[in-house]
Amino acid sequence: MIQQYILDIIYIAGALSFVFGIKLLGKPESAKKGNFIAAVGMGLSVFGTIFLFKGEGDVHLKNLEWIFGGLIVGSVIGTMMAKRVQMTQMPQMVSFFNGMGGACAALISLVEYHHATTPQVVATYNVITDGVPQVIQVVSDIHPMEIGKALVIYLGLIIGSISFAGSMLAYLKLDEKIKDKVLPLQQVINIGLMAVILGIAACSIFGWISIPYSLYVLLTLSLLYGVLFVMPIGGADMPVVISLLNSFTGVAAALGGFLYDNKVMLFGGILVGSAGTLLTVLMCKAMNRSLLNVLIGNFGGGASKGEARAITGTIKEITKADAASLMKYSKKVVIVPGYGLAVAQAQHICHELEQQLEANDVEVKYAIHPVAGRMPGHMNVLLAESNVSYDKLVEMDEINAEFKTTDVVLVVGANDVVNPAAKNDPASPIYGMPILNVEEATTVIVMKRSMKAGYAGIENELFYNNKTRMLFGDAKKSITELVSELKNA
Amino acid sequence: MDQILEFISQHQNIIYLVALMIFLGVELIEKVPSVLHTPLMSGANAIHGVVIIGAIIIMGQADDLFAKVLGFIAVILGTLNVVGGFVVTDRMLDMFKKKKKS
Repeated sequence: MIQQYILDIIYIAGALSFVFGIKLLGKPESAKKGNFIAAVGMGLSVFGTIFLFKGEGDVHLKNLEWIFGGLIVGSVIGTMMAKRVQMTQMPQMVSFFNGMGGACAALISLVEYHHATTPQVVATYNVITDGVPQVIQVVSDIHPMEIGKALVIYLGLIIGSISFAGSMLAYLKLDEKIKDKVLPLQQVINIGLMAVILGIAACSIFGWISIPYSLYVLLTLSLLYGVLFVMPIGGADMPVVISLLNSFTGVAAALGGFLYDNKVMLFGGILVGSAGTLLTVLMCKAMNRSLLNVLIGNFGGGASKGEARAITGTIKEITKADAASLMKYSKKVVIVPGYGLAVAQAQHICHELEQQLEANDVEVKYAIHPVAGRMPGHMNVLLAESNVSYDKLVEMDEINAEFKTTDVVLVVGANDVVNPAAKNDPASPIYGMPILNVEEATTVIVMKRSMKAGYAGIENELFYNNKTRMLFGDAKKSITELVSELKNA
Repeated sequence: MDQILEFISQHQNIIYLVALMIFLGVELIEKVPSVLHTPLMSGANAIHGVVIIGAIIIMGQADDLFAKVLGFIAVILGTLNVVGGFVVTDRMLDMFKKKKKS
């Protein structure tokens, strides 16, 4: 009995560690500690379960060799993947791990369903009748599942499978192994499929109609739904979807908590479910869009909404030598990094450019748009990785006040976040999104690979502005040449 | 209908708990600077890996092959979620350390 008490206390500690962990993760200074505390709480809960948990009939868990085998295999693979991944590929890594959690929840439902619907051998007797040895097995009756238990098993399976399939597709899309694809009547198909899934689930849970193998049918349909749900959503919106799927997995974990009456699972799951949902909404807000709009809006899918205003004007190019000397004799330069910088792996050379400019007494800052990169905060991670000081990264509201006193703005691989159409063209799909007001600076140098439009697939008026000079080419190569120009000049 | 009411009454403790947890989750991250959204999401991702406890219980009570095989896979996947999630978050946060100007 004392073991049960200890386990209960471990679970309480584990649950509280999650709360503190998330709280501390919310501040830059304490974030690392928060992650560590949550990890310790998780470790305690896992090992407490292995050694102290007692199931029906007061028996300890068996198959310990298999449990530890699984833990070791998972830990080795997980650590290797997490250590090897490039910082630019962080979003898809998170999505991948999220998918694993979803699959785990779905498997739990499958096994528990199997367990509840298959007669269990409760006793085995060896008897000898007429001199012939026989084995007699006593088998339990199958009772219809209680509604509560059935509800939890079915929902866990549906949500877990959707989360798994959706996350894996998001992972593949971000890795650019799969392209966006919109089926005709996509939203009608999705809603219809969801209705079928819920219908089958309701019939089975409440026992209205018995559908053979309903759980496996639901498994297939839910996996399909996960794929169809993520398929049409554009690359730029993927972080929002990953965050949403993250909270789905949280709910699936909480359902597991109901199933085993396990408070730490319930606690962790619900916490992630609600925090994840709010995080999703906050991400949408940073782009000034509603969640619904992200999910059905085909923002990045290339479907144009309304006629965007035609842009007239000429493009003015600048040579690297001119750009270098222009920046060298400036007082203040603001660099606007975008995903293009990350793709070109130009963050390190960008830091070198910053150092070169500072050696020439130029003040350098980075303007960070809330959705720069592929996830909020992604750009900060990338720049911090290449030793850019944290104080030089300035958030949008703050830096927008400074553009008026800035001599040169260097836009590296960013497009939609500096598009003035968001302010002055109501027909534009990004209308209303807060942007960086770079055109207030004296000169804007835009580094771009080509004139191709950004994720939103719309033209950018900024490129035709009188103040703007274009510098075409690969970001890494261009900045490298800028640095050497600065060194020689 | 009676069944539903009875269900709610029987599980009222859990319903209270869930409702409060939802508010707590929302409160906890409401004032987070957007730079920390990515690590926070990644950290939350690791925390829902707590589902592994369910996988361990299944594996530990498995008698037939079906439960053993699926339980074993579930333990591996759950561990991937937990370990990978925490390690990746830690790596991300390593980048946030304030660096002294050299």
